[in-house]
Amino acid sequence: MVADGILLRVKGLTKKFPGVVALDGVDIEARAGEIHGICGENGAGKSTLIKMLTGAYTPDSGTIEFDGVTYTSLDPRRAMGIGIGCIYQELNLIPHLSVAENIFLGREMYLAPSFNLLDRAQMNAKAAELLADLGLAVSPTARLGTLGVGHQQMVEICRAVWSNAKLIIMDEPTSSLSEKEAHDLFRVMAQMKERGVAILFISHRLDEVRENCDTVTVMRDGRTIESFVMKERSVADIIQLMVGRSIQNKYPKERAPHGDVVLSVRNLNRKGVLHDVSFELRAGEVLGFAGLVGAGRTETARAITGADPYDSGTIEVFGKQVKIRQPIDSINAGIAFLTENRKEQGLILIQSVAFNATIVKMHKYGKAGWLSLKRLRDIARKICSEMRLKTSGMDMLVGKLSGGNQQKVVIAKWLLSNARIFIFDEPTRGIDVGAKVEVYKLINQLVAGGAGVIIICSEMEEVMGMADRILVMHEGEITGEMTQEEATQEKIMYAASGFKQAS
Amino acid sequence: MSNEALTNDKLPGEKTIAKSAAMTEKLYQLGVLLSLILLCAVMSVLSPRFMTMDNLMNVASQAAVSAIVSIGMFLAILTAGIDLSVGSVLALSTMMMGIASDRWGWGPYPAILVCLGSGALLGLANGLLLTKLRLPHPFISTLGMQKMARGIALFVTAAAPISMFPEEIQFLGNNSIGQVPVSFILVAILYIGMYFFLTRTSTGRYIYAVGGNKEAARLSGIKVNGILNLVYTMSGLTAALAGLVLAGRVNAVYPLAGLDYETDAIAAVIIGGASFFGGVGSIGNTIIGVLLIAVLRNGLNLLNVDSAFQTFAIGAVIVVAVAVDVLRQNVMKSAR
Repeated sequence: MVADGILLRVKGLTKKFPGVVALDGVDIEARAGEIHGICGENGAGKSTLIKMLTGAYTPDSGTIEFDGVTYTSLDPRRAMGIGIGCIYQELNLIPHLSVAENIFLGREMYLAPSFNLLDRAQMNAKAAELLADLGLAVSPTARLGTLGVGHQQMVEICRAVWSNAKLIIMDEPTSSLSEKEAHDLFRVMAQMKERGVAILFISHRLDEVRENCDTVTVMRDGRTIESFVMKERSVADIIQLMVGRSIQNKYPKERAPHGDVVLSVRNLNRKGVLHDVSFELRAGEVLGFAGLVGAGRTETARAITGADPYDSGTIEVFGKQVKIRQPIDSINAGIAFLTENRKEQGLILIQSVAFNATIVKMHKYGKAGWLSLKRLRDIARKICSEMRLKTSGMDMLVGKLSGGNQQKVVIAKWLLSNARIFIFDEPTRGIDVGAKVEVYKLINQLVAGGAGVIIICSEMEEVMGMADRILVMHEGEITGEMTQEEATQEKIMYAASGFKQAS
Repeated sequence: MSNEALTNDKLPGEKTIAKSAAMTEKLYQLGVLLSLILLCAVMSVLSPRFMTMDNLMNVASQAAVSAIVSIGMFLAILTAGIDLSVGSVLALSTMMMGIASDRWGWGPYPAILVCLGSGALLGLANGLLLTKLRLPHPFISTLGMQKMARGIALFVTAAAPISMFPEEIQFLGNNSIGQVPVSFILVAILYIGMYFFLTRTSTGRYIYAVGGNKEAARLSGIKVNGILNLVYTMSGLTAALAGLVLAGRVNAVYPLAGLDYETDAIAAVIIGGASFFGGVGSIGNTIIGVLLIAVLRNGLNLLNVDSAFQTFAIGAVIVVAVAVDVLRQNVMKSAR
């Protein structure tokens, strides 16, 4: 350990890509035994920074001083060797192996090393010890794939602990965790900190940063803007530093008059997933679904939209009962499903903006079956300019747009499908602060135009900020219903934990 | 997150990067065309016979069969799949035509219908194995079909060829209109027709959509299974059509026809810039890939290169083409 307690000192780190300076002279210092938050909008350079620290990228200039030794670049092996561990957003584990096998993958214990003979008993015992240390009730012999995401992440942390990591980088670790799982993670992080491990915590969720970080560095446009002690600042300060301007209204909610029931779901069941889900949605209404990850909210949306089958129940759209077997049935009924994974389920990244925007009703645009590419571009251009999409043109590949602009293309696509009911699953996931507000405004416009909107949000603030009425789910059942005025974080958590609302 | 630095709309580099990725594609296509020209130039220096009209016609008529097979292969690869059964489907379809014409005494047109119908049905079977039986990858279903179809083709005549066909059956493979062989005209019509089908009809665009992202396509209301069934049916149909041309040219059908045709077709499609990852490629470039392979084979023949080395060379070309594909995908990814 170095004298001043500074474990990591990054100086003047710069990385250029063709056409873009991703990092421009970044300076960061992290002490042993602290949780250091790194905040910034998408594109601020956080991921590039991580990739230099883990050796995935080579810096163009600048130095990384770690544990008293100065490096001009790292490679993945060396980074691991000197004690830098990283827990990525997407977990790097093997679902078919056991928990213990995953923890020791690549650093196994041997009975007889020269014969490659593994010491399973000792590895299982050691894994049990590591797991118990972190307060996890998980069997070391359980197959990893049977665990929830939160526990899988803990297994990654065990890996880092076992490799004697002095610095653990966590890239959006809570993005796919439920609130309880996130809570467990923070407990473990605090424990690691006690042992003198430094943690770089990258998160879009500023309340988590405020609650858990000792110091915070804000990045913007590839530069470090400021580092400070968290206690001395507020979340509003962070946001202001991140965007370089102050955001007045985080949730620009506007109410629209409510009309007739447009969607009525009764006793929707899917074995082991959904249990008697019933609700109604009115024109002009924003209905929010709250609950923990895995509570059945996404599953409800998927059943209604034909993405997954359901066993029983009735779905009425605009007063007419519809049988939904596959996505096209719900699309024809006027329902749009904006999935939580834009990249995997919403968009075709290697195709153009025009292609993605016009895909749903493409067969309707042709003349005698022949499409005019110009017409498709014109249709797409019109809707995209209404939504103020920033792109160099309709032929731009969607994969090259920012998260916020990708979400706009998804919305454009469903607007063009003539949908009147919009189901947003995590409407603002992975979108930076400025673009979030634009998505909220688009939701306002949709309901103002008489559409019905369902939003599924894991951030409680978001659902409370944007929904007129909130349904809370727990283990496939609706356990609570409240209006925006009635809703409090406590009430939602209570229902989300499975306590039926006292009525 | 991995690409966040380069996707922010506020960064001035976005436009340049989109352009540079498009440039990479253009450069690649130009590169393939230049390789073809270069290969022709080298061949004409090495062998005086290469540039003769006779030889070029020979290359082209051999390429015609491969070009038609490659259309189906292109479609399959475009959906991130593959059709390993094209050679066997070609053989079985033409054997069925031979039996209809020779044994059952059917007229030439019904016999041609038997050929095309068999191809389409075998292709549909490939599709259904994938979409209904849910075999994990078309590699499996079409590999099975490759062996099954070849087995039946050998069985139906106890491995004997059938020859001497009426003129109508020979028309596509053996006749010329003026100086131009009918098979060339057929290839031109098929490629131009396919180009417009793929770029100007919603069904064609949906093939790209399914190849680009199956789940996104499904959730956008596209009947993914229908598209896949169509693609494999078309692949079977083009294989049978290629068989019809081949049968006309040699005036015979034989159960070992089309052996290894899938290899050349895969090579042609990949050299033509289609991606094994699906959703990327243009039919126009496939024909360049076909010609490149045809010239390579012809040139090696003219130079009296051992056929063992020819086999090796085609294998090497496939590996290089796929390696370039992977490289290109990485360039595209890092450009994001």
